Amino acid sequence: MWWARLLNNAIAVFSAPVPPVTNSYESIATVTVGSGGSSTIAFSSIPSTYKHLQFRFMLKGTVASAALLVQYSGDTTASYNDHYLEGSGSTVTAGYDSTSAQIIYGSVAPTAASNVFGVGVLDILDYADTNKFKTTRSLTGNDTNGAGYIDLDSGLWRKTTAISSALFYPTSGSFAQYSQIALYGIKG
Amino acid sequence: MASTYEPIATTTLGSAAASYTFSSIPSTYTDLVLIMNASQAAGNSVYCQLNGDTGSNYSYTGLYGSGSSAGSARASNQTGAYLGYLGSTTIYNAINHFMNYANTTTYKTILNRKNQSDQYVEADVALWRSTAAINSIKIYPDSGNFDTGSTFTLYGIKAA
Repeated sequence: MWWARLLNNAIAVFSAPVPPVTNSYESIATVTVGSGGSSTIAFSSIPSTYKHLQFRFMLKGTVASAALLVQYSGDTTASYNDHYLEGSGSTVTAGYDSTSAQIIYGSVAPTAASNVFGVGVLDILDYADTNKFKTTRSLTGNDTNGAGYIDLDSGLWRKTTAISSALFYPTSGSFAQYSQIALYGIKG
Repeated sequence: MASTYEPIATTTLGSAAASYTFSSIPSTYTDLVLIMNASQAAGNSVYCQLNGDTGSNYSYTGLYGSGSSAGSARASNQTGAYLGYLGSTTIYNAINHFMNYANTTTYKTILNRKNQSDQYVEADVALWRSTAAINSIKIYPDSGNFDTGSTFTLYGIKAA
């Protein structure tokens, strides 16, 4: 019957699924430190379906001074290098760490600075590419109104393994309550 | 999936202006990203004031390269958060990250990367000593106006 066909066609047109919104920048996971603090912040089971990763963080330590360290995919061997450029408010320091067991990404905010958290943005390009070592870039800093640091860092993990986990920890002490790291995936 | 990195507002100055303000910023994101592409006739530093706070509640630590040397600077108890130096000849562009801007437990820290080919390359970290959620951002040079055509775009990033 013609009217039935017309009705069916109309239903097909007006009930066609709306194309899904595609986002190229997606939130994967967020970790927030609870009361009592935490010695590490860990991300596991990172999917390999993105092109790049970005960590965005707000961190405070429980000691007077601590740097931020990261290991990837559970590798605790001396497979990391990094270069850094740091401003202290009066002096500039440039240096590097070779054949290290982790990458250093600036410093976390000191415990004495009330309500102050150090912040950073860490990019890992081609994190899942099994043909390349993994290169990272970061901008981190903390200012406590009279002290603080600003850091530009590049890091290298000398493995072609895809990054499936990341472990963040300070050189000493722990991460204070309310410290937070958010992981994002960027599609290529 | 809901959008994670969203444009909130953008403007291109139709005439020279002494400042531009983003207001009524929603508190529903985790971070804000402010992208600036600006110029002015005379060289001045660029600052922002948050939530209309004009008190001496801002400070910064900076790192810069001038083309011949590298240096680091600091200023405390200022009336605005430093966002880099805007020279007089070429376009200044900067990306500013307002991290956890709506967190009412912590002071607010801003990360800045600024580029201007005939001036400095800079990286700065600035602090606003307030636990209030940021709901407005006023951007201004410390003297003079931004030129016509200067653009300011604000994005929100939402964590899981």
